[in-house]
Amino acid sequence: MLKSPAKLLQLLVTLAACAFLLVPTLQSVLAGVTVNYFQGISSGLTLSWIGEVWELYSDSIFLSIRLALACLAVTLVLGVPAAYALARNPGRASRILEEFISLPLAIPGLALALALLQLYGSVRGFRVNWTFILVGHVLYTLPFMVRSVLSVLAAIDLKTLEEGAASLGASPARRFVDIVVPNALPGILAGALTVVTLSIGEFNLTWMLHTPLTKTLPVGLADSYASMRLEIASAYTLVFFVMIVPLLMAMQWASARAQRIMQ
Amino acid sequence: MTSRQFVMLCLLPLAIFTMAFLALPLARLIMGSGESEAGWGIYLQILQKPRYLSALLQTVTVSVAVTFAALAISTTAGLFLVRNQFAGRGILLSILTLPLAFPGVVVGFMIILLGGRQGLVNSLLPGHWVFAYSVFGLFLGYLYFSIPRVLLTVMAAAEKIDPALEEAALTLGATPYRIIMDVLLPALAPALVAAGAIAFATAMGAFGTAFTLATDIDVLPMVIYTEFTLSANFAMASALSVVLGLVTWAMLLIARAFSGGTVAAGG
Repeated sequence: MLKSPAKLLQLLVTLAACAFLLVPTLQSVLAGVTVNYFQGISSGLTLSWIGEVWELYSDSIFLSIRLALACLAVTLVLGVPAAYALARNPGRASRILEEFISLPLAIPGLALALALLQLYGSVRGFRVNWTFILVGHVLYTLPFMVRSVLSVLAAIDLKTLEEGAASLGASPARRFVDIVVPNALPGILAGALTVVTLSIGEFNLTWMLHTPLTKTLPVGLADSYASMRLEIASAYTLVFFVMIVPLLMAMQWASARAQRIMQ
Repeated sequence: MTSRQFVMLCLLPLAIFTMAFLALPLARLIMGSGESEAGWGIYLQILQKPRYLSALLQTVTVSVAVTFAALAISTTAGLFLVRNQFAGRGILLSILTLPLAFPGVVVGFMIILLGGRQGLVNSLLPGHWVFAYSVFGLFLGYLYFSIPRVLLTVMAAAEKIDPALEEAALTLGATPYRIIMDVLLPALAPALVAAGAIAFATAMGAFGTAFTLATDIDVLPMVIYTEFTLSANFAMASALSVVLGLVTWAMLLIARAFSGGTVAAGG
């Protein structure tokens, strides 16, 4: 495999990049279960930092899970029918609409949050409610759901399938439930996992939209990085890794599967 | 209900949500930027006041540096992973894409663990080695989340290059260096432009990483944040947001023109 010096150099760069990404994550895992990180691992291993994180931040963890599930529900209700409508009318207007709802991928979350705050920040009941953050998360994740479903629907011959069902007397709503949704399932699954993963990790919008009573997991992380000792910050990061890494792997698996089915 | 009416009905919930929470707020943001005493001249002020101009230049400089570093590292690693099959390849790929799901604040913390006061480098090397809160630390943080994004774009493009091209070059007597320069890089060029544009846009707009590391560095997202929260200068915060949004949007349009997909801009 390593016949030439060029190959060796490539391997070294690859390994160096891996080390750069992996070493601090391992440090954080280690620091989260070490009695005293400054003294090193010889001070002993403990789960007490994790326990302390649970006492301090379990509310933020539950709020993030609740937000992610609510975000999933909203993006399903808004996104799946819309993707179907876009797939049925593949014209210029559809392209423009798709571009427009994709703007939150291009515009930094900070700018979007400022826009939301300036328009709705004075609506007290809404501003302090967790649904204010939900709106931000839906804005950010909706394009992923729509595109994921749309790409699967665009790859199948939707028109012929629907005409067949229509000739047998199926109503439009019936065709949506019995034909469109089952065919779009791989895309819906990939989109759903993406939405949940992104919602749980969202910080840029959430930091601006949150209130002291609506702190999410990443907001709590920022809080712990600024004001807690390194062991607690690390233990909290470890809890986050345990939640996000399986989700990321499931998301990558589902996306690859959806791509395979489309081919 | 006709089929056409049903399709329109399917679009309605999304249209209402997008109008209420995307179109109107963005319109409000743009209008809000013109509501100070300076009016629309506020956009001129960005270029005239040293504080804003230097923040803008610093953000662009760091983002350009990160873009080229990420392109160099990810193209090298990406080509290696596409062209070689070996035990452990899957693990390396998993490690290199792991940070995709990390929020910017976590990336910042990773750099603190490397270059903070209790960081790895400071504890391994003699002397005082704290760089997490410097421009170099910020650069490393942006690099951390850019490597996986660029890698995925480059690998997707590299998998589509016909290996026969390289073999042909090899039989014609080309050196490995010439193959890279004359065959691989030209074939990858559109993907490299696209990946570079994504990396640049992500670095320009990165708030979470800057929030953790750039307490003393003026990069654009931090300036917008302090203008809004500390100075309550809503018009300037809005104007800077509009400028930032236009830059990142233009970058992603370039990326889209050169390759199919875009990767989420987070960080």
